[in-house]
This record gives sequence, C-alpha cells and structure tokens, in this order.
Amino acid sequence: MSSHRREGLVLSIAVGIVGVTFGVLADAAGLSLPKIIVMSALVFTGASQFAAVSVIDAGGSGLAAVGSALLLAARNALYGPVVAHLLPKSVVPRAGSAQFVIDETTAMGSLPDNDIDGRDSFWWTAIWLWSLWNVGSVIGALLGAVIGEPETWGLDAAFPAAFLALLAPHLRHQPGRVAAFGGAGLAILMVPIAPAGVPLLVAALAVVPGWWVQRKATP
Amino acid sequence: MSWLAIWGLVAGAYLFKAFGVLGLGRASATSPGRFQPVVALIPAALFSALIAVQTVSLDETLVLDARIFGVAAGAISVWRKAPFVVVVVVSMAVTAVVRWQT
Repeated sequence: MSSHRREGLVLSIAVGIVGVTFGVLADAAGLSLPKIIVMSALVFTGASQFAAVSVIDAGGSGLAAVGSALLLAARNALYGPVVAHLLPKSVVPRAGSAQFVIDETTAMGSLPDNDIDGRDSFWWTAIWLWSLWNVGSVIGALLGAVIGEPETWGLDAAFPAAFLALLAPHLRHQPGRVAAFGGAGLAILMVPIAPAGVPLLVAALAVVPGWWVQRKATP
Repeated sequence: MSWLAIWGLVAGAYLFKAFGVLGLGRASATSPGRFQPVVALIPAALFSALIAVQTVSLDETLVLDARIFGVAAGAISVWRKAPFVVVVVVSMAVTAVVRWQT
C-alpha cells in the first residue's frame, strides 16, 4: 500500500473512533438513531456535529445548535480552492464531491506533490473516512454510556498530533512557516474572545504575511 | 434537536463546501497565477490553527492540560520522521499517561 493510502487509512481509523464518541454524545443529548445517522452521513464535518450536540446537551435551542455548528463548518469553504484541481470537472460530479471537502481530505489530498497521487489520496481518504465516521457514530449511539470517557485514552490528542504530521510538508518553505506560525498565533488570540469556529476563519488571514514573504523572495 | 434543525444543518454545511469548490475554486482557477500562491498557503495557516485550537482550548477558553504533552511528543515523533501511526499512538499514549498521573 502506498504511503498516502496507509496514512489516509490510519487517519480514518482515528476519526472512526472519534465518531464513536460523537454517537455517544449525540445519544446522551437525546438525538434518535435516525437523526444521528442523517447527521453523520450528510453533515459530515465532525467539529460541527460535536458543536451541535453539545449545544443541545447544554439545553440550547435547535437554532443555536445550528448556528454554532455552521460557524465551524464555514472553514470548509476555504478548502475548496485548495483541492478544486483534484475534483471532477463536470458540474454535477463536482458538486457531489464538494460534500467530501473537509479538514482530513484536504490535508491528505494536498500531501502528494502531483495531481494523480493527490486525487488518489483525496478519494481514498474520503471513502474510508466517510465509512468509518458513519460506522463509528452508529456504534456510539447504540452502545451509549458503555464506552466511557474517550479522554482516558488520550483520543483528544490524536487529531492535533495527526495534523502535525500532515502540516509538516507545508513547513518546508519559509512562506509556509510564516503562514503556519501566524495562523496558530491568530487562532490562539481569538479563542477567548470569539465563538468556536471563528478563530479558524481569522487564522486564514495568515496567508497574507506568508504570501508577502514569498513575493519578496521571488521578484 | 428537531428534524428541521438537522436538515438546516445538512444544507448549511453542504453550502459552505459547495461555495468553496464551485465558487472560490472557480475564481482561483480562472487566474491561477494570481491566486495560486495564496491558496497554496491555506493548509499551512488553517492546519496549524486547528492544531493550536485543539491542543490548548476547551469550550472557548485557553486551557493547558495533558494534551500539550501528547502533542509535543507527537511533534518530536514527526521531527524524528516516525511513521504516521506512531505519531498518533505516541501522542495518545503520552496524553493518557500524563492525565492518569495528574
């Protein structure tokens, strides 16, 4: 198995386990199994789903839940231009592929340095991720409280650590390092003062100093 | 959470993705020379922001807990060119052990 496929599968397995915890939380928040299935299959963006069920669990309204979830979903729009060249050209398949443009698939699709491997990496990850995320959330919904606290297993560190490995290739050149440093800094500054999701959108502004450094380097 | 809210979220989440691919994606494809350098930096900015947020925040406040040790161990593993699965397992194990010890 080529390395991007192996990495895509490992990432999907980790996300599948996170899917179990989503199912547990959604069940605890009172969502029925059909609702949990529809959410994981069709919303298919983990952070938003967690945000929605935690608002409901805390007694918030459906509108508030959708609002916070959509703030977290907004960043997926920024991934569109990153992976657009890997997606089908004709409009219907292209519109359908958009459903799979999220953190993990963008990371895996932009990892290889050529489009053929990039496309393979994007779709391989998309299929495994979607499948395991859905299987995981159904298992979580059915087993409910039997599973216990995922934090005991350090699962909350798995995602940021996996993304460190996926970020590393983007740090090979200076503009990438500037954008990464700025993005992390802006996000941390925004966490205490903005609702979840907004720090990530503000962090995107860090492409500007990165681009500026790049322009200075290549006249 | 009502079915109306669920379908609202389904539609909203998809519209962001579709706007990215069909709207922003087309805009950057029509003049690749101008946008490509900026677009190529989006993963660097957003992934590092994701890592930062998921390592040191909890419910919109900054928190330093066991995760930072796990992610630091993950960073060392990445730097030492450890396989992907090792990076993930090491960071989970270190986080779990630190959490269990404290």
